[in-house]
Amino acid sequence: MGLKIEDISFTYETGTAMQVRALNHISCEIPDDRFIGLIGHTGSGKSTLVQMLNGLLKPTQGRILFNGEDIHGDGYDRKNLRAKVGLVFQYPEHQLFEADVLSDVMFGPRNLGLSEEECRKRASESLFMVGMGERFFKKSPFDLSGGEKRRAAIAGVLAMHPQILILDEPTAGLDPRGRDEILGLISEMKKKLRMTIVLVSHSMDDVARYVDQIMVMNNGKLVYNDVPSEVFRHHKELETMGLSAPQVIYIMEYLKERGLPVNTEVLDIQSAADSIMACMGPAGRGRS
Amino acid sequence: MFENITIGQYYQTRSPLHSLDPRVKLTGTLLYIISLFIVNCAAGYLLAALFLVCMIRLSHVPFRYIVRGMRAILFLLAITMLFNMFLTPGQVLWQAGPLHLTREGLTFAVKMAFRLTFLILGSSLMTLTTTPTQLTDAMESLMRPLKVLHVPVHEIAMMMSIALRFIPILMEEADKIMKAQMARCAEFDSKHLMKKIKSMVPLLVPLFVSAFRRANDLAMAMEARCYRGGEGRTRMNPLIYRTRDWIAYGVVFGFMAAAIALRVFSASLPFPLNL
Repeated sequence: MGLKIEDISFTYETGTAMQVRALNHISCEIPDDRFIGLIGHTGSGKSTLVQMLNGLLKPTQGRILFNGEDIHGDGYDRKNLRAKVGLVFQYPEHQLFEADVLSDVMFGPRNLGLSEEECRKRASESLFMVGMGERFFKKSPFDLSGGEKRRAAIAGVLAMHPQILILDEPTAGLDPRGRDEILGLISEMKKKLRMTIVLVSHSMDDVARYVDQIMVMNNGKLVYNDVPSEVFRHHKELETMGLSAPQVIYIMEYLKERGLPVNTEVLDIQSAADSIMACMGPAGRGRS
Repeated sequence: MFENITIGQYYQTRSPLHSLDPRVKLTGTLLYIISLFIVNCAAGYLLAALFLVCMIRLSHVPFRYIVRGMRAILFLLAITMLFNMFLTPGQVLWQAGPLHLTREGLTFAVKMAFRLTFLILGSSLMTLTTTPTQLTDAMESLMRPLKVLHVPVHEIAMMMSIALRFIPILMEEADKIMKAQMARCAEFDSKHLMKKIKSMVPLLVPLFVSAFRRANDLAMAMEARCYRGGEGRTRMNPLIYRTRDWIAYGVVFGFMAAAIALRVFSASLPFPLNL
């Protein structure tokens, strides 16, 4: 189950001089309970692709199946689809509009026609989930800090109880601490709510630590779709696409070239340090 | 969703009309519109049509592209024609209940329709061949004499060019917010009027907030570059009249003179031309 993408293409401004082919014959699957990183340089088509997944854009060619059904088929309930495939846009704080945080988060559930009580319940649960306690509920969303606004906006999508949650560059424009907070929050949500998460980003360092599958896009094509360590093996090719592998991989590659038999498939700093220590022999142990 | 608006758009190409001084185009369009209301006989309309066709050919803008913008005002045109046809007193040609179709009404309606069509085509030709920046520069330059009367000419022109510049940005922003709210299951295509108005709130509030934020940022950026109004401000591309601009003025005034002449002598023209 989950989402299945069958050979989709998409062209902007068809038939004019400004025609742009944003997606070029993409096929892939997004299974249940998976944490996927969607990586690509600016303009690689990743934002276009995620807007396809919840039916906001219609592919000019190809089909998208959700739980086995064509989402552009006759009589398909796309409103319900948008609740099941939640999409958090870039800078989601720009969509806040209500007088207080709680009612803003209730906007999505209300559109689903749920009872007022159910909406309130879902909204407060989602706000707790993103780490915003009751003291925020009656605040104006415009009085929050940047990071808080973003978390409130994520709660707004979470409150619809999506089966798949897509986040388009959720860390854009945040400082390092805000970035770690949001990423930590997302991976915690993944563990607690057992849903599929698609994290769109252009930074490998952001996603490498959390995801179990990476999809790399370049010029509207899906270039790699594999587990992180396999994808990072191609770090030279990634560089020609304006991307890079996480920094630790470069250090490990460098050490290996210099004759230290370290493991080059590590993804975070701690395991890199362990691997280096192991190679240094007894002299290096005990000092970490 | 806003792709189909062509009125007021710029069409990028190279043509004699594109390279004219914007002041000539602005004055020329104004004089053309005035001439449209001077002419009153078939010969005059023919002349106006001929002039317009020549200008469109000179502009290198595809004819179909210009006409596409006309579709938006077709409804307005039809209403004007209907009112003129049935509400002008005169010799009755056809009658149904309280409605009288008169001979005078019919001629007047046809003339009015031509006038309106030419007016819209003429002014959209100006915006198609002139960038908004050029247009506001021309306005500022042409309105400069009003400074004597303490009219803040530069400020008005600056506000206009900023407003024009922000139209595409705000449209893009509106599109983004709309999509973000649709991702939260909002519906914007409701048939019910009250629901439709209500559904605009989640779009308009963030749009206003973002417009104010952008205005604030822009003011800061201008301040940071020491902007302090038009006093002593020079231009990157100063407007200078060249030979072709004087020729263009000559053509426009020639056209206007012909239009006046046709009106004065309209009675002595042979049959179909004097209608």
